[in-house]
Amino acid sequence: MTALDELEIRVWRGAADGHYQVFRAPRRANQTVLDVVSWIQREADPSLSYRFACRVGVCGSCAMTVNGKPRWTCRTHITKVAKDGRLTIAPLRNLPVIRDLACDMAPFFEKWRRARGRFEAAISRDDPLVPISPDSLERRAADAAVECINCAVCHAACDVVGWRPDYLGPAALNRAWVAWNDLRDRDRSAVLRAANAGAGCGNCHSHQSCAEHCPVEINPTRSIAGLKRAGLLALLRGSL
Amino acid sequence: MISAARNHPGYWAFLLHRLSGLALVFFLPVHFWVLGTALDEAAFTGFFAWTAHPLVKLGEWALVMLLAVHLTGGVRLLILEFLPWSEGQKARIAASFGLALLVGAAFALGLV
Amino acid sequence: MSVRLFLAQRLTALILAPLVLVHLGVIIYAVRSGLSAEEILGRTRGSLGWALFYGGFAVAVAAHGAIGLRTVILEWGGLRPGLATAVAWAAALILLALGLRGVWAVTAGGGL
Repeated sequence: MTALDELEIRVWRGAADGHYQVFRAPRRANQTVLDVVSWIQREADPSLSYRFACRVGVCGSCAMTVNGKPRWTCRTHITKVAKDGRLTIAPLRNLPVIRDLACDMAPFFEKWRRARGRFEAAISRDDPLVPISPDSLERRAADAAVECINCAVCHAACDVVGWRPDYLGPAALNRAWVAWNDLRDRDRSAVLRAANAGAGCGNCHSHQSCAEHCPVEINPTRSIAGLKRAGLLALLRGSL
Repeated sequence: MISAARNHPGYWAFLLHRLSGLALVFFLPVHFWVLGTALDEAAFTGFFAWTAHPLVKLGEWALVMLLAVHLTGGVRLLILEFLPWSEGQKARIAASFGLALLVGAAFALGLV
Repeated sequence: MSVRLFLAQRLTALILAPLVLVHLGVIIYAVRSGLSAEEILGRTRGSLGWALFYGGFAVAVAAHGAIGLRTVILEWGGLRPGLATAVAWAAALILLALGLRGVWAVTAGGGL
């Protein structure tokens, strides 16, 4: 048992072949996991590497594995995850570890590119705006998926990404679902082809670990199901 | 032990679906082979002497459960993938497992 | 998984769902009076309907089981895709051959 005014924190140190190091930090009434990591870096070991920016759940850069679950650390309160005062903090799963709690995010964003998640305009800025009704099916589908903060929590939670490292994963496919529903895109069928390729949405088994852990309550499983449906319809029509 | 990140109904349902499917793939050739012995009726009839044994009855019940679990879980997945999304996914997982239990109970009642 | 394999897996699932439902119904109905060779063969022998029903079952299950097995050995077995595909083809052919032989045995009984 830890003292009531103290936390016992095991923190991952080093790269993939690293180890856990135990720290003790003061327990406060109102404290996030990121506060604790920052306290360790400032007061106990300045060499600790981790990543954060906004501290208010917007930038998506501070995700880590906290007591076995991927979480956004800036908005995860200690009272929620460590009632007994014990914390184990590790880098995200399914990404190469650079050092300590910092992962290399390059493979994650490379998958966004491969899923054709980037918007490509059909018209130039000199043309008039395309009217999109807020009530249209496509707009509502995109709305439900567009607020992703790129934190990679879903990517870390996904078993299929762990089993098949080339699988595009929930974040990239959720982004592709937004692009597919963006009627302003100049080649939407290219999005559907990319999302339904060999490493794409057909690999998803709907465990729903992505939706279970997404901090901004997006449901990538739902988006991926949409891509499967649209992909099969296009295949049967001969347009995939 | 299921890791913390996997410990939720969606993963339990996946595990049940995969393990039941895997078991069925290994059971089916045996099942087909036994049916094939009907080419020689004496051999085929011989197999039914085993079915009185309680352990064999338990095995039969387990096989029916495997098939029922894979069926109801599979129909749930087809609905999830190809019909409009519902927020009640966990209720559906419970319902599909409940239906499979119902099939298992009906078979068990016929068995005794 | 390629989109064509994905389609084949879902299509065979869609075919198998009603077949499995009927099969489970028959099992539960048949087991109430006790399983016996005469009872089973009395239902299936000489029946074109059951031959088509279980023949379709065997074909669909060979494809469905093999594709599922391929996914499992890729994800859990770490096999190279080429090797996994070869194992899946072997499984499909074994399931198909034994399945059709079993259906032949219980419906035609080796003669016509």
